[in-house]
Amino acid sequence: MVVRPVWKYSLRAVSLVYLALLLLAPVVFIFIKTFEHGFSTAWSYMTTPAAVSAFWLSVLIAAVAVPLNTIFGVGTAMVLVRSETRGRKILDALIDIPFVVSPVIIGLALVLVYGIHGWFGSWFIDRGIPIIFNPLGMILATVFVSLPFCVREVAPVLMEVGTEQEQAAATLGASSWQTFWRVTLPSIRTGVAYGVVLTTARALGEIGAVAVVSSNVLGSTISLPLLVKYRTQVVGPGGISAAYATGVELAVMSLIVLFAMTLLAPERKDAR
Amino acid sequence: MGLSTLYLSVIVLIPVAALISVALGSGLHAFWTSFTSSLALKALWQTLALSAVVAVIGSVMGTIVAWVLVRDQFPGKRILNSIIDLPFALPTIVASLALLGLYGTSSPVGINLSLTRTIVAIALLFVTLPFAVRSVQPVLLEVDKDVEEAAASLGASNATTFRRIVLPALRPAILSGTALSFARCMGEYGSIVLLATKIPIASLVIFADVESATGSGNSAYQPAAGLSVALLVIALVVLFGLRKWGADRGR
Repeated sequence: MVVRPVWKYSLRAVSLVYLALLLLAPVVFIFIKTFEHGFSTAWSYMTTPAAVSAFWLSVLIAAVAVPLNTIFGVGTAMVLVRSETRGRKILDALIDIPFVVSPVIIGLALVLVYGIHGWFGSWFIDRGIPIIFNPLGMILATVFVSLPFCVREVAPVLMEVGTEQEQAAATLGASSWQTFWRVTLPSIRTGVAYGVVLTTARALGEIGAVAVVSSNVLGSTISLPLLVKYRTQVVGPGGISAAYATGVELAVMSLIVLFAMTLLAPERKDAR
Repeated sequence: MGLSTLYLSVIVLIPVAALISVALGSGLHAFWTSFTSSLALKALWQTLALSAVVAVIGSVMGTIVAWVLVRDQFPGKRILNSIIDLPFALPTIVASLALLGLYGTSSPVGINLSLTRTIVAIALLFVTLPFAVRSVQPVLLEVDKDVEEAAASLGASNATTFRRIVLPALRPAILSGTALSFARCMGEYGSIVLLATKIPIASLVIFADVESATGSGNSAYQPAAGLSVALLVIALVVLFGLRKWGADRGR
């Protein structure tokens, strides 16, 4: 279909204007707002004790959620693609629950199970492991919301790779463990890497589920996204300007993630 | 298999079971009231209507963007292609903050949309953009250009070719993108939390209900749980309905 130039240029213009207004303008705007009073002001907002603690909490949450969901993701993708077990289809459908359920509802569901009056909450509290309103609950909420990314990235790659090489390895006497480490894992590594990138992005940015299970105390249960929300409610210094600075901090982290996605994307297409 | 199921159960299934159990635990009447009270009904309706509008606008714009990214050639196209994923990478609260500043009361461009549905819709269009574009783009890449050329050589106008050849091939992908966007809008919180302060969006209403029940027993969470289950059922029905429609029409 050869589109007439008038159509071609107007579609291009519409797309560019739409993307510029929707994507670029907001991001450029927070950078301008953050640095309009100089770099040192912005830096001071990013390095208050509360901001530093929020940064490390976010890092901690991602450092637990990402490896857990990566191991689960690769294992579950293997089950979904390679095994013939009954119940595989049910498992397949259930994996997507976190994509469909609102994060706030996820937080609520966790409170109902692990909160003080929840199903298992008192059992954990009696053993000195309070979950809800503690960093542990925020980690749990993040694991929940970011659970499907790795499975959904790895499963199609695994399907594409097929089993021929694995069978060859097995014929040559490799144990199933050796086959997994030396044959399967190297062939799906771009899928795994992409899954890790998406999981990390979600873990760093999650707010809805985490907000419900956080006690919102500065310096202990406020992660970077919660700090942005907190600071927008503060009037005067440490308020909206500080929120922009934290926003930029998160935006820089996400631009790194986006860059990783862009680097992996062509390789990923080849793998499929 | 066993380990996967155990992990999924502890993290996902048990909490969802608790949610449903609490929603229904105080009797069917209480469950019914939890989503038919005037505030709950208003919230469900607002969320549903806004999600539907955003999903449709997002799909139309997403399809145009996908078309440009696949069929058009211009410098900078690769950069444009990679920033489509920005909403997946950028924390939603940052989008909320940026839109509040850009189109709020102290807007530098003089567009004050604060407290309106429009600004909430813009935030939702932002977060769902990758769904709309990335569903259509790979399918458009695969569309057989020979068929289009055959149609053109047989005298079909561009409009006819698009309507009879291209659109039917894209329809399942567009509908699947619409469904994903819709489901995302129904549950969205982060990108609108700073914007929808005066508009009862379901997630925010549930959040407020949960906060006011904090400290009490599980049954105090019943209204929030009931509304959550209702919201979830609506989102699932629309999601699977749209996908099935797309698959059937695609055949």
